[in-house]
Order: sequence, then structure tokens, then C-alpha cells
Amino acid sequence: MKNFNYHSAKDIKEASKLSSSNSAFLAGGMTTIPSMKLGLASYKDLIDIKNIKKLSGIKVSSKSVTIGATTKHVEVANSKELKKTIPSLASLAEGIGDPQVRNRGTIGGSIANNDPSADYPSACIALNATIHTNDRKIEASKFFKGMFETALKKGELIEAIEFQIPEKSSYQKHPNPASRYAIVGVYVAKHKKDINVAVTGAKPCVYNDKDLSKALSNNFSTSAIQNMELDSSDMNSDIHASAEYRASLVVTQAKKAVDAC
Amino acid sequence: MASLVGSRVERKEDKRFLTGKGRYTSDINLANQTYAIFVRSPHARAQIKKLDISKAQKSSGVVSILTGSEIAEDKIGGLIAGWAIRSEDGTEMKCPANPPLAKDIVNFVGDPVAVVIAESLEEAKVAAEKVSVDYKVLKAVTSTADAMNGDTIHEGIDKNLCFDWLLGDRQKVKEAFEKADKVISIDIINNRLIPNAMEPRACLADYNSASEEITLYTTSQNPHLSRLIMSAFGNVSPEHKLRVVAPDVGGGFGSKINVYNEDIVCSWAAKKINRAIKWVAERSESFLTDIHGRDHVTHAELAVTNDGKFLGFKNETIANLGAYARVFGTVTPTYLFGPCATGVYEIPAAYSNVKAVFTNTAPVDAYRGAGRPEATYTIERLVEKASMELGIDKTELRMKNFPTAFPFKQTLVHTVDSGDYVAGMEKAKQMADYNGYEARRKESESKGKLRGIGVSSYFEACGIAPSAAVMSLGCGVGLWESAEVRFNPTGQVTVYTGSHSHGQSHQTTFAQIAADELGVPIENIDIVHGDTDKGTFGMGTYGSRSLTVGGIAIVNACKKIVEKGKRVTAKMLESSPDDVEFKDGEFIVAKSNKKKTIGEIAFACYLPGVRDEMKSPLPEGEEPGLKETAFFDPSNFSFPAGTHIAEVEIDPETGEVKLEKYTACDDFGRIINPMIVEGQVHGGLAQGIGQALYENAEYDETGQLMTGSYMDYTMPRADNFPEFNIGYTCTHATTNPLGVKGCGEAGAIAAPPTVMNAVIDALGGQEITMPATAEKVWKACKNLKKPNSKAA
Ligand SMILES: Cc1cc2nc3c(=O)[nH]c(=O)nc-3n(C[C@H](O)[C@H](O)[C@H](O)COP(=O)(O)OP(=O)(O)OC[C@H]3O[C@@H](n4cnc5c(N)ncnc54)[C@H](O)[C@@H]3O)c2cc1C
Repeated sequence: MKNFNYHSAKDIKEASKLSSSNSAFLAGGMTTIPSMKLGLASYKDLIDIKNIKKLSGIKVSSKSVTIGATTKHVEVANSKELKKTIPSLASLAEGIGDPQVRNRGTIGGSIANNDPSADYPSACIALNATIHTNDRKIEASKFFKGMFETALKKGELIEAIEFQIPEKSSYQKHPNPASRYAIVGVYVAKHKKDINVAVTGAKPCVYNDKDLSKALSNNFSTSAIQNMELDSSDMNSDIHASAEYRASLVVTQAKKAVDAC
Repeated sequence: MASLVGSRVERKEDKRFLTGKGRYTSDINLANQTYAIFVRSPHARAQIKKLDISKAQKSSGVVSILTGSEIAEDKIGGLIAGWAIRSEDGTEMKCPANPPLAKDIVNFVGDPVAVVIAESLEEAKVAAEKVSVDYKVLKAVTSTADAMNGDTIHEGIDKNLCFDWLLGDRQKVKEAFEKADKVISIDIINNRLIPNAMEPRACLADYNSASEEITLYTTSQNPHLSRLIMSAFGNVSPEHKLRVVAPDVGGGFGSKINVYNEDIVCSWAAKKINRAIKWVAERSESFLTDIHGRDHVTHAELAVTNDGKFLGFKNETIANLGAYARVFGTVTPTYLFGPCATGVYEIPAAYSNVKAVFTNTAPVDAYRGAGRPEATYTIERLVEKASMELGIDKTELRMKNFPTAFPFKQTLVHTVDSGDYVAGMEKAKQMADYNGYEARRKESESKGKLRGIGVSSYFEACGIAPSAAVMSLGCGVGLWESAEVRFNPTGQVTVYTGSHSHGQSHQTTFAQIAADELGVPIENIDIVHGDTDKGTFGMGTYGSRSLTVGGIAIVNACKKIVEKGKRVTAKMLESSPDDVEFKDGEFIVAKSNKKKTIGEIAFACYLPGVRDEMKSPLPEGEEPGLKETAFFDPSNFSFPAGTHIAEVEIDPETGEVKLEKYTACDDFGRIINPMIVEGQVHGGLAQGIGQALYENAEYDETGQLMTGSYMDYTMPRADNFPEFNIGYTCTHATTNPLGVKGCGEAGAIAAPPTVMNAVIDALGGQEITMPATAEKVWKACKNLKKPNSKAA
């Protein structure tokens, strides 16, 4: 790893002031540090945002749950309020990586990174989330732009993510046996007005599967999607899973999610 | 005094390991040391057109940059294969030179071309990036099956063929197959694995210009052997001017048997720059450059009668050696493989043919089990298939062909001294509730799942090995082991062993043995290993040899101590040595019932005189002191054996395989410490199940390793396994005084066929290759008729 300057910001203002074209915010460091070690990324300055109190914590209202950007996966997984309001989100967090990763990694870091096989992006799409930054509010459907690409501007800081509380929901992940990231993860959420079937891992970026949500909108049961065959032409294919297998997994995991709702 | 052999003595080494007091190579730092980074080839096969270090030399902190040219000028020798294998046509094997730093040509991704030595690790890294190498990339050969049709990698080695070896009799096999009612045949792949020891390789080389001595701290399973190789073949230093220390070593599984490029380069360079040099592998380097394991492509056939008698066996195997032949690289697919080809069965005619090929991949060498897992996988997959094709229960078919009497003279090489395979099978069946399987299968079916059961019976040749036998087969060294037992004047004991512990718990097991032999409390016994300056010599630890060879050397040295003690006691108590008995640490003269403790005898041996009297307690001609050395050369291999049974459940929608039950019933002979043996069995099973379901080293066609990190290489984890159901039968080995057989490799040998037989059973007999990943299984499930599924 190349040398860098470490800064610990005490508030949001300081964090954004320190930020430059050659800096990165440091939350859990679970993505940033390994990529720097492997020489895939290098920065002049790392701006630690973990000490900014305001960025951490879980707030529940009647319609939504707002999670601060530096809230750790373990805190989301163990949150009593969340287990009552959106249990699927708590269980998603419990399924991320391993205890070490969950004890450091944060929701903001995960979303800012937008790994094509990360879990949280699917929750944002399925739960009609709003991403609060130090500058604006962004709807999840406009936030995830492509592989490792988001709507965030250089130096823009995520403060919190606000999730809409669904009537029912479930997240079903088929993990990569090596990394335990999602080969395919499907987040099904039934809201009053709409049904979302958010899929991670299958394509270069998380997406809402319109065919599955349409079928489930008409009939919210596994039989509605039982024999669906998805187009796999734009799905990921690698040594762990072919596109064809991923397409089949999307339907299987969606069925499991509907069953578990 | 109660015997310690057979009891669950807590590990003496745990306090050290669990409180962070272990001392691994990378924990050691020397004043004024420098740091090495190796510049490695990013290509699988290329010519080095130009190597330019001028920019790097100017980089800050650089002490020295050395390349293949300097190492060639200094006539430093390369890495070697320790066994010379002869082809069926009588010609000697063909091996390329393997210089520690490549000079003209690189042959796998990771092959080192230069070393950058700097004042700090960071400076070494920065400078290494500035070394510029101009490569002419050549077409790589990466496929095991097609290697013989690829471009010639090493000049003069036609078809990339190292040897074409045969064990057995082709004519007899032909005749046996002509008599067969049925021939069962399979085509299988034994997948390539990466050993993944928890501690990455590391070394620290120091040079003392006054004594002209090099000290190399390194992660080795066999420091004495490393020193011998480095001095006899590496030309690094005369043997007496080289000290190799392998302190605590965090796992080896065979990957730390070899002397590696870095050991030789750092030792040589330390002398050149007259400073200590430290190198610690990054995990990515471990993936690329540690030896890999397995990698066979095999066609095998079994000739049977309709009522299930085995008549003949043959296998035609292509074994991948990787880019170069290393220490056990050539023996692993031959003499560690072929002799076990017929498994635990009486098969009157057999041959094993192996073509070993070079490819542009990391060198392949001994990995836990080494050759025996590949052999067991072949025969046990065949037998299971035979049971399906003949319609004979898989356990009955096996028992029908088990030997009926011991010693069991096998067709190919081994004479197995002891065992009871039927007892092992029956106990395994009972432990696994084999007869209750059908009910469990139905229950799985009612949930829409597929269930399968798999069995395998194995034996392995361990306790490597009788020196005369292995040297007659081409081994470059004898495989005896030495031990030295030293008493202090005040009665504590230090045992020096040439075996090496890197997870095997020798500090405990060996102390249990010595405590029983000498009647000294275990707290007063220290086991010392891992330093060529301590103890006589040693061949190290691999091939489940530590206890069966190294442990027996300790027993024999202890017996010599007791003999001397008897002579001294006789003198002191005015009796004859024949009248002295030794029991529980006391020498007793039967007639007079007078006694001396072993502590008193040790004291007397070191202080052989009495004030005011010209009188010695030592018999005339007896030397003072109490220290004995023994070298033990076994008369035969030892032969652990057993039967394992696995049950899997498959979700046909995702192809996920869940290992539901795993039963291991092993015969390891006498067990010294059941807790430690359980640990060894668990670890072996984890690696064996890992091979069957998860692990796979994959190269693309250009020779890039696709599975070069834990993001892509699936190491199994605890949650992949059920509770293991472990049991034993016991027949003592007749070829050593403890009756022990070895247990370190059994799990890795038996588990792959056991699990795969279960998976293939669940898939209605469809063959799939290891690892049985979810996608492969899912594809196979699509070929099946839909099971009766409750879910709509
Ligand atoms: C072994 C391992 C296994 C893992 N398994 C999984 C898994 O199964 N599923 C999964 O989803 N993830 C997994 N992860 C990733 C994990 O969830 C990471 O924690 C996450 O991707 C990044 O969070 P972090 O807080 O560590 O971010 P950091 O590494 O600190 O930052 C990541 C990126 O986000 C930026 N950033 C961080 N916070 C903010 C913010 N508030 N505003 C703007 N930008 C910000 C940083 O500048 C950086 O570019 C795994 C990671 C590891 C190491």
C-alpha cells in the first residue's frame, strides 16, 4: 500500500472541506483498504467520517426508517426497531460478509461503492429509498448508475438512507461460495401501491425486474412466476455462474422471497 | 503411574499459540535487516528480451537489485526434483533447469525474474515497480489433457512429457479383461488445488562475515532437508556454514516441503550484500507461487464378473507437473499414486500408467495425501459405478472384494501388514445408520429435494518410508528419522526430533510417548524441533511419517537410555543389569527389591563420583552423561485404512449441495492422543470435502490464474460442514513397537470420493467433475425427471 494522509473529520463541513480530487471518504474501510493494498486504488488523503456522530444511527417513523450512513452492518442486523418494522433489512445486513466485515463495514460505504454483487443496493431499490446527501435527496431509482457508478458527485457525502416501510418483504441471496457476496440476490417488497423485485448480482448494476414485479402485482404468489424464463443476454457470466444460471436463480430466489413474505 | 499414551492430554503448544507467543518466521526481526520484493512474470510463457534495472536502482532506499544473470554467474543451483522416475521404455525422466531467478525465459505467472532489496518494504515495493522487463509473450500451454499437443515449453522435452511411467503388467491385465463379464469405465478429473496454509511463506536470511555462516529462518516442514538441498544442489554454502531454522510454522500440507526460489535467493543475496534480508509472501504471491496439488486427468477401467468379483484394473493418467519438477513433484503421481491404485481390494491383475506433463502453470507437488487421494478417488469412483451397473449394494460389493487375511499382498507393490476392513465397514455402516437411509431419502424427496449416499473404503501407504525401498525406486535420499534424548543432571528431558510440527502437535504427542517410555512427568519433557543446529538430522514431516518414523526413533532412543540406566543401576546396587527391571521411572533389582529412580540415575551419570571415596557409580568403560541418539528406518510403510460414508441433499432448483451427514471410521493403529487425532481427521476432512464441493484452481487459456484470491478461490468454512461423526477400529501395525499407523492425511484421501459418490448417487448416476458446484449440479438436475415435489 502506498502512503497517504489520514484525516479524521469532526463534522460534515470539515469532511467536505478536506475533500479533493485525490481523496476518498473512509467509512468502514472494508472496500477502500483492500483495494489500496492490492494497488487497485490510491489516494493522497483519506478522510475518516466515522467520528461524525450525526452520521450514525437508526430512526423509525410511521412510514419510513432512516439509517445514518456510517451505521455498521452489525448495528442494522441487531436493531430491535428494524426487526419490527423491516425485518428483511435486518436479515440482509446479517448476511453480509463475515463478523469482521459486519463490525466495520457501513451502509453508506456499501451504497457509495455500488458493487454489482453487494446486498444493500437491492434494498434501496425494493424499499423505494431516498439517499440523503450533504447536498440533496436522490431517489434510489436514480442513484445507482452502473457498475461501481452512482449519482454522487466528487466530494458529495451520503448522510443517511431513508427506506419506505413495506407491507411485506423478503431478501433472498444465493451467495458466491468463495466471497459470500451475492451471485444473485432478490429483494421482493410489497408496498401499498407497488411491488418491487430488486435484483443484485445478476447484471452490472442492481435493477428492478419489471417482468417479475408485473407478474406479482397481478397475483402475489409463487405460482405467478413459477415457470417464468428471463432473458439472460445482458446478465453477468463469470467463473462462478453463467448468465443462464443467474437468470434461473433470479426466478428461484424471487419465489423463495415471495414464499418468505 | 498411569500411561499417557491413549489419553486426551491437552496440547502443550496451545498456551503459546493462543496467547500470541508463537514465534513465526515473520515475527523475527534482525538489526539492520533489509526487505526483499520479487519482480515476477505477469506472463505464463515469455522470453525475457531485456531487463532494465537502471531506473529502479535510483529509487530511494534501494540496497541491491539482483537478477537471473548474477545468480547464473555465481553458479547458484536451481530447484530440483527429488525422485528420478524412469519411463516404461527404460529412459530417464526429462526435467528442465529451474533457476531461482529466471534469466532468459519465464514459464508461469509468478516466476521470479529479479529481487529488489531495500531499506524498507515500502521502498522495495516502489523500486520493484520501476524494474522494466521487456517480454516476448509466447503461446502458453495450460491444459493438462492437451499438454502433449501444445508447443514445446522446455527445449529438448518433446511433447512436454517428463516421463511415461508404468507400474504393473499390461499383458496380465489384458487377459483379465478378456475374462470379464463387464468392464466398468470412467473418465475423471482430479481438480487442481491450492494448499492455502494459514501462514504465508516467509524467510529471513542472515550472514555473519566473520564465521562465514548463513542463517536462514524459513517456513519449512523439513529444515534439515532444506539445508541439504540448498547446499548440495543450490551451491549456496557448504552444509556446515548453513543453519536453517523453521520455528513455529503455520500449516504446510506439503506446500512447505520444497526449498523455494526465495529461500535460495535471499540466502545467496544476504551473503552478497552482507546484510540480513527479509521476505514475507503476500497472499496473492502464495496463490501464484506456492506449489499446487493434484491436477490429474484419468481414464480408468475395472473388469468385473456379474456376481461382483473384481478381475482387473487399469488407469491411464495424465498428471500435470506445472512449469517445473520440484522435490516431490515426480514421485507424487507415480510411487505415491500407482501402488495404491487397486485400493483395499484383491484385484489379481492391474497396471497404472502415468504420463507427467509440463505446463505453464505453478509447479504441482505433494499436497496432503499426495498421490493417494488421486488413487483412492479413481478406484472408489469406479467401484461405486460398478455397484450401480451390477445392481449390487455398494457396501456388499466392497466387502466381497476385501482381502480375507493379513498380511495382504497386493498385486502392485505393497504388502499390508495388518487391518480388518470388514470390521471397519460394518462399524461405519452402523455409525452412519446406513440401513435407515431409505427413510431419510424419502423425507428429502417429500420436500422436493434429492438425497444421495456415498461410500468409500480406502487404505494409504504412510510412514514414509523404508530407505532401501524408496532409494531403489529413484528417491534421492533415505527416509529414516532421527531422535536424540537428553537428560539434564537434575532429571528433566529434552527430546530433539528431526520431524517438524506445523500443526501436528508433536510437542504433546511426542512428550506423551517419552513420558511413558521414561517414566518422567510430561511437564519435565521438552520437544525441540525445527533447527539444524539442534538435534542430529531429520527428514521432516510429510506422508504421515512423524509418529510412525520420527516417534519410533524417540522410542528407540528412550530404550537406549533405559538400557544404560539398567547398567548403572546394576553397578550402584551391586547387581547384574539382567536383574534390573524398569517400570514407571524406577529401576528395580528384583531380588533385593532395591531401587533407583531415573532421576537419581541421571544425576549419577553426570556426577560420577563421591566425596572422599575413589568410587564411580558408572560401570567400567561406561561414559558419563545420559544422552542417546537413535535413527529409525522403517521396515515397511504403514497402512491406515477405513470406510467413510456421506449423505448429501440437493436443492434441484439451485443445485446447491448440502452435506447432511459425514461418518468416518478409521483404523490408525494405536492412538496416542484421541483429541489430537480428531483434530487431524477434522482438518483432513475439511480439505477433502473442500476438494469435492468447493476448491478449484483455475487458469485461463493464457495461463492467468483466475482463482488468485479468496474472492474467487472457495475455501470451505465451518458452516459448510455438518458435525462429523468419527469413530475407529483398531488393528496395530506390526512393523513398529508402538503399533501406530498415522492419521494426518486420511480425511483428505477418503472424503473426495465419499462425497462425490453421494452427489452422483443423488443425481441418478450422472457423472460430474469436482468440485460439484451449484451450477454444475443444477445442470445435471435439469436432466432428471422432476422429483415428486410437494411444492406446486
Ligand atoms: C471479506 C468481505 C466480504 C464482504 N461481503 C459482502 C457481502 O456479502 N455483501 C455486501 O454487500 N458487501 C460485502 N462486503 C463489502 C462490505 O459490505 C463493505 O463494508 C462495503 O462495501 C463498504 O463499506 P465501508 O463502510 O467499509 O466503506 P469504505 O471502504 O470505507 O468506503 C467504500 C467507498 O465508499 C465511499 N464512502 C464511504 N462512505 C461514504 C459516504 N458516507 N458518502 C459518500 N461516500 C462514501 C468511500 O470513499 C469509498 O470510495 C464485503 C467486504 C469484505 C472485505
